[in-house]
Amino acid sequence: MSAAAVAVGAAAAVAAAAGAAAASAEAAPSQTTAAGPCDQLQFGSSAFTLHSQGAEARVWEGQFLGRAAIVKQRFSKKYRHPQLDAKLTVSRLKQEVRSMMRARKLGVHTPVLYLVDHATSCIYMERVEGHSLKTLLHQNSLVEPELETLLVEVGRTIARLHDGGLVHGDLTTSNMMLRQTDNQLVLIDFGLSYNSTIPEDKGVDLYVLERAFASAHAESGAAMFEKVLEAYRRASKQWSATLNRFAEVRMRGRKRTMVG
Amino acid sequence: MTGESKSPLLCLGIEGSANKIGVGIVREDGEILSNPRHTFITPPGQGFLPRETALHHQEWAVKLVQQALAEAGVTPDQISCIAFTKGPGMGGPLVSCVVVARMLSQLWRVPLVGVNHCVGHIEMGRVVTGAQDPVVLYVSGGNTQVIAYADRRYRIFGETIDIAVGNCLDRFARVLNLPNDPAPGYNIEQLAKKGSKLIELPYVVKGMDVSFSGVLSYIEGAAHDLIAKGEATPADLCFSLQETIFAMLVEITERAMAHVGTSDVLIVGGVGCNLRLQQMMQVMVEERGGHLYATDDRYCIDNGAMIAWPGLLAFKQGQVMELAETTCTQRYRTDEVFVTWRD
Ligand SMILES: Nc1ncnc2c1ncn2[C@@H]1O[C@H](COP(=O)(O)OP(=O)(O)O)[C@@H](O)[C@H]1O
Ligand SMILES: [Mg+2]
Repeated sequence: MSAAAVAVGAAAAVAAAAGAAAASAEAAPSQTTAAGPCDQLQFGSSAFTLHSQGAEARVWEGQFLGRAAIVKQRFSKKYRHPQLDAKLTVSRLKQEVRSMMRARKLGVHTPVLYLVDHATSCIYMERVEGHSLKTLLHQNSLVEPELETLLVEVGRTIARLHDGGLVHGDLTTSNMMLRQTDNQLVLIDFGLSYNSTIPEDKGVDLYVLERAFASAHAESGAAMFEKVLEAYRRASKQWSATLNRFAEVRMRGRKRTMVG
Repeated sequence: MTGESKSPLLCLGIEGSANKIGVGIVREDGEILSNPRHTFITPPGQGFLPRETALHHQEWAVKLVQQALAEAGVTPDQISCIAFTKGPGMGGPLVSCVVVARMLSQLWRVPLVGVNHCVGHIEMGRVVTGAQDPVVLYVSGGNTQVIAYADRRYRIFGETIDIAVGNCLDRFARVLNLPNDPAPGYNIEQLAKKGSKLIELPYVVKGMDVSFSGVLSYIEGAAHDLIAKGEATPADLCFSLQETIFAMLVEITERAMAHVGTSDVLIVGGVGCNLRLQQMMQVMVEERGGHLYATDDRYCIDNGAMIAWPGLLAFKQGQVMELAETTCTQRYRTDEVFVTWRD
């Protein structure tokens, strides 16, 4: 199977799984078994090993039909009301899948989707070979002009997303990866993303990224974010409305009087 | 001045940035000798306004100073320094307190130290609970922040992008006409215990930030209708509001923990006394193998000792202010403070 065929096949599986009454179309996923936190994840005869555990999802690594794959499995959070928990788990899984596909259509690199399994809240996708931007920036392994090129690419990528009416919702340097094979910037972790053309939503998206740069990359973070913003301004058709709103959101944070 | 020679060092702190005025006396080992407070309570359905709140503080300041000295069993000549809230907060009430602080400083000939209110909450929480380096959730009427310490600053990882969580609760209490005594948030918490039906409300998390204005306007708009149709009781609404907004807070706290690699949490600020919030946080923290540190209303809610203690810490680092520097500011971010007393 070619990569394209996998992608198309996956798209079909996704479309079926994302549909409302698609239980019968999910024959393959029903082979999947996943249990407690430290258990193995199995798909057919191939086993997945735990790659990392985040706040809401476990990430597994293994082979899917002969391809290096990542499985992102959402799990329930005991602290929240079961009804709210179920709603969030389902909606975020769906959002993540839909937004990854939508981003691809907008020309933004995201992992190729292989399969979605609602029964176990799993998304099977391409494993991106490479490191997150956060790791690369912390290692200081990027030097000019590579660093600048990458930051410009971050700005352009977000602009493409926003102009296409998609807001990522969790823009951080950990959710951006540099793919080793083709040196492309790949966006991941779309669980909090949603469709929107409202400048406020895009402005907040940028604000979230600014704060991520500031908190994760200390003193140099601000300068790096400025480069991202400059590239965004050049690339986005709606830059004016978005950046005005961004400035407002920023001021809100700084000017809040904070009583009590 | 004569402050440095006294032993052990004692600091008197005055807090009055919102509707409470408190005076606390703290010893250099962290012992709180006294901490009286008085709250300006408005009628149901009404918030507190700056002018009336300032007048309230002016009426109570001196009485509370006398009470604090009497309860601690100390005389003014034993006080080494006086700490006041520099901000953030409401202008009038802040100024009313700093005037008292300046006067005492002149009378007793002891130096003044200005303290950031948010840092006050954090340091009070740390000294009372013994938490070393936790992720801090600071939740009150005016603030909602997830904070972690690094490189001499309390850095803000996540925060509200509009109104504070306490503000959201207080304003909903007004919609239901719940009393402001002892606090609107407290009355919501009590009523929520009788609720059981979860009404679906907007849930807004953006990265490590949260937004409450959408939830509030939704529930403000829907409340009377839902109650009239018998689809929800006021208790169900309080329950649903708490379940939703507290889940948002626990979620962003957990994200920050994953980010900085810490498994302990400290909750501070007025909303931090809410037992349901503490319970939810406890479940999350336990799963991560960490420890939850929380305090009760004596320390969570604004008080004088929370200003006295960081004031004393700063004083020991030689940070005293000239009279001309003892100004207040309504806007003063947590991360603006250079923390001299921690490594
Ligand atoms: N497709 C992928 N290829 C390679 N690594 C991935 C992929 N998806 C996720 N990861 C790794 O797993 C981590 C967590 O995944 P992410 O989707 O960001 O979940 P979380 O919501 O827990 O942050 C990422 O930071 C990245 O290191
Ligand atoms: Mg992530």
